[in-house]
Amino acid sequence: MDALDLSRIQFAANISFHILFPTITIALGWVLLFFKWRFAVTGHDHWMDAYRFWVKVFALSFALGVVSGITMSFQFGTNWPGFMETVGNVAGPLLAYEVLTAFFLEAVFLGIMLFGFSRVPGWLHTLATFLVAFGTTMSAFWILVLNSWMHTPAGFEIRDGVVHATDWWAIIFNPSMPYRLVHMLLASGLTVAFLIAGLSAFRYLIGDRSAGVRAALRTGVTLGAVLIPVQIVAGDLHGLNTLEHQPAKVAAMEANWETRSNVPLVLFAIPDEEARKNHFELSIPSGASLILKHDADGVVPGLNDFVTEKGEVLHPPVAKVFWSFRVMVGVGVLMLVVSWAAMWFAWKRRAGFDDRLGRWPLRALVAMSFSGWIATLAGWYTTEIGRQPWLVHGILKTEAALGPVSAPMVAGTLAMYLVTYLVLTAAYIFVLFHLARRAAEGDPAATRLGPRSGMAKAAALAPAE
Amino acid sequence: MTIFGDPTVWLPIAFAVLMGLSILVYVVLDGFDLGVGILFPLADDAEKDRMIASIGPFWDANETWLVLAVGLLLVAFPAAHGIILTALYLPVAVMLLGLILRGVAFEFRAKAPSSQKQHWDQAFFSGSLLTGLSQGFMLGIYIMGLRLDAASILFACLTAICLTVGYGFIGAAWLVMKTEGALQAKAVRWARLGLWGAAAGIGAVSIASPLVSPRIFGKWFSVPEIFLLAPLPIFSLVLLGLLWIALRHLPDEDDRWTWVPFVGSTALFCLAFFGLAYSFYPYVVPDRLTIYEAASAPESLFIIFVGTLFVLPMITAYTILAYTVFRGKATELRYD
Repeated sequence: MDALDLSRIQFAANISFHILFPTITIALGWVLLFFKWRFAVTGHDHWMDAYRFWVKVFALSFALGVVSGITMSFQFGTNWPGFMETVGNVAGPLLAYEVLTAFFLEAVFLGIMLFGFSRVPGWLHTLATFLVAFGTTMSAFWILVLNSWMHTPAGFEIRDGVVHATDWWAIIFNPSMPYRLVHMLLASGLTVAFLIAGLSAFRYLIGDRSAGVRAALRTGVTLGAVLIPVQIVAGDLHGLNTLEHQPAKVAAMEANWETRSNVPLVLFAIPDEEARKNHFELSIPSGASLILKHDADGVVPGLNDFVTEKGEVLHPPVAKVFWSFRVMVGVGVLMLVVSWAAMWFAWKRRAGFDDRLGRWPLRALVAMSFSGWIATLAGWYTTEIGRQPWLVHGILKTEAALGPVSAPMVAGTLAMYLVTYLVLTAAYIFVLFHLARRAAEGDPAATRLGPRSGMAKAAALAPAE
Repeated sequence: MTIFGDPTVWLPIAFAVLMGLSILVYVVLDGFDLGVGILFPLADDAEKDRMIASIGPFWDANETWLVLAVGLLLVAFPAAHGIILTALYLPVAVMLLGLILRGVAFEFRAKAPSSQKQHWDQAFFSGSLLTGLSQGFMLGIYIMGLRLDAASILFACLTAICLTVGYGFIGAAWLVMKTEGALQAKAVRWARLGLWGAAAGIGAVSIASPLVSPRIFGKWFSVPEIFLLAPLPIFSLVLLGLLWIALRHLPDEDDRWTWVPFVGSTALFCLAFFGLAYSFYPYVVPDRLTIYEAASAPESLFIIFVGTLFVLPMITAYTILAYTVFRGKATELRYD
């Protein structure tokens, strides 16, 4: 493999690992605020129990998000210096605003949110929780503005090969930004919904029927069941937006080679870029035309339109985009089935939300705990691989941004990152279930960070100045 | 945009100042929490928990200054960003590995089963050590003009050790202020040893930089600069002396003066930093690329500059709030 492929894999590995954790913290921050709000309104302790358990998951996820995010900020310079040299005048201010308006806000108030409960007035703690949730969302906003601009650039002009900003409003509200932002925020909401439902179902199954677990289970299942249909609609709108601005990507998603009407919806196929056709195709007649054009006779662009007369391929690798898209949609359908089935079981038996859920629905929820991760990653692979061969659509090719670092150097560091990420992801999942088990066993220390000592208690009561 | 004169002149300067400030704040703030990690193996288990507690509410925000510094390099001086980071590819990767390890170990050690705690403690120590060493190594290579010959690498190994010891020193100074009892007494001993390392490091860099760069030699050893700059080394020596005296008398029975080592070491880091900044100005890539040559388009810089003017005071304010909320001796970290 050459330095280009290795660098792409390295960037993909870093950003894939990174996105796992913001996907959780973006929505979990708001869920924690919801738990606090429910406690304030109802006065029921179980909302605080739910808060105390999930704030630990938040702290762990946040730490992983911070350190993997630091890696991201260096990757631009170490592997892709051409990116900032060409589009730095647009990307720079957007990244700077992310750091200034989001990173510091969330990082500083996180300390108060996590450890300041007994040190600050209640309103300040709630404010800190709000600011952390707000900060993570702001961070998502700015980075999705930049990412969307790379897909649908607007508001700029090119002077001497370098992009110069001309209209910041057009840059920020570029054509795909609203769709991508909504799609990603909903993805975060669903990831958290299924994580909360899954871990709570796990605690329930191992015998923890406490009110806190029930409240969290109810919150998770309801949130998932409400958000998934919204996400399906948002995803469809995003797809139509992509069709308008990046038709080659949609052609790859559908594995459609020729521009024509009555394009079938391909359910299964092995796309073959050499032969430029699909093997073993299984499809619904006119399905893609119906979905993309809302008309069986609608004309859908095909991949062959994106090969120049000289034979240069300007469409993305087909099979990767085709399969990533199917994984995302498949998991989405599973989410719909599982969350709605859980709701239906819960309504059918009239006992109490959780007793109404049988063992099998609960087991299905446990199995779906990390389904949001799979769908989110698959979705990002669809859109990012789908942007190739461009780094910034129509402006900068990925290969043109590559730095001078040698392939063995990239390969060596890539191996190091991959091992680290595999270990940490495994440790993260393990520790989440360990925390759930410990909380289910009623370990009082489970809601605290460390062992409690008499001296510390005294010190906490009268902090020495 | 023309209110301060030519924006292609003052904007690069403004951003060089901002970036320098971010690096300085990073080195002091993350310096103390990296230092606490570097000192980790010297403490027993209960002391480890207390050491973690002393930096728990701060470390996230401290590391954000690194993101801001590299972000400013990225957005304000894109050309330099590419040159510097591709030249420092390997040490950057090692530093990132170190930062990842220590950052996650922080959380994992408290949440994983207790049988695994010591592994995460190991990870916290080695991550902090790797970060300190690689940052010191990068500093050395940068001073040597981003060359990767044997002499530069040897010098970079020296700065790697010195910066690591320096971090250990400011970490110990932080612990003197934030802890009490046996741990505080230990921290005083660590700080006494660390002081010599910090002094050696500053000395090594001060001697080496003018020797490798005739330009830097000229900037320091010509008239009248040599007289105008004389306060810098003099103040540094005075500070070293004061720190030495303070550390001989600490810990005090009534726990007075415990802030002196931390404030003193911060001042020392600042002086060393200003010395370096003076040496390299106006270059962002030593002797190759000035801040003016490497700067982004003025209209883009101006947008960031305006935002920074509004936001930086707010960041400062809530950072002060956080340090005020968690003032005093470190107590056990609890979520309730």
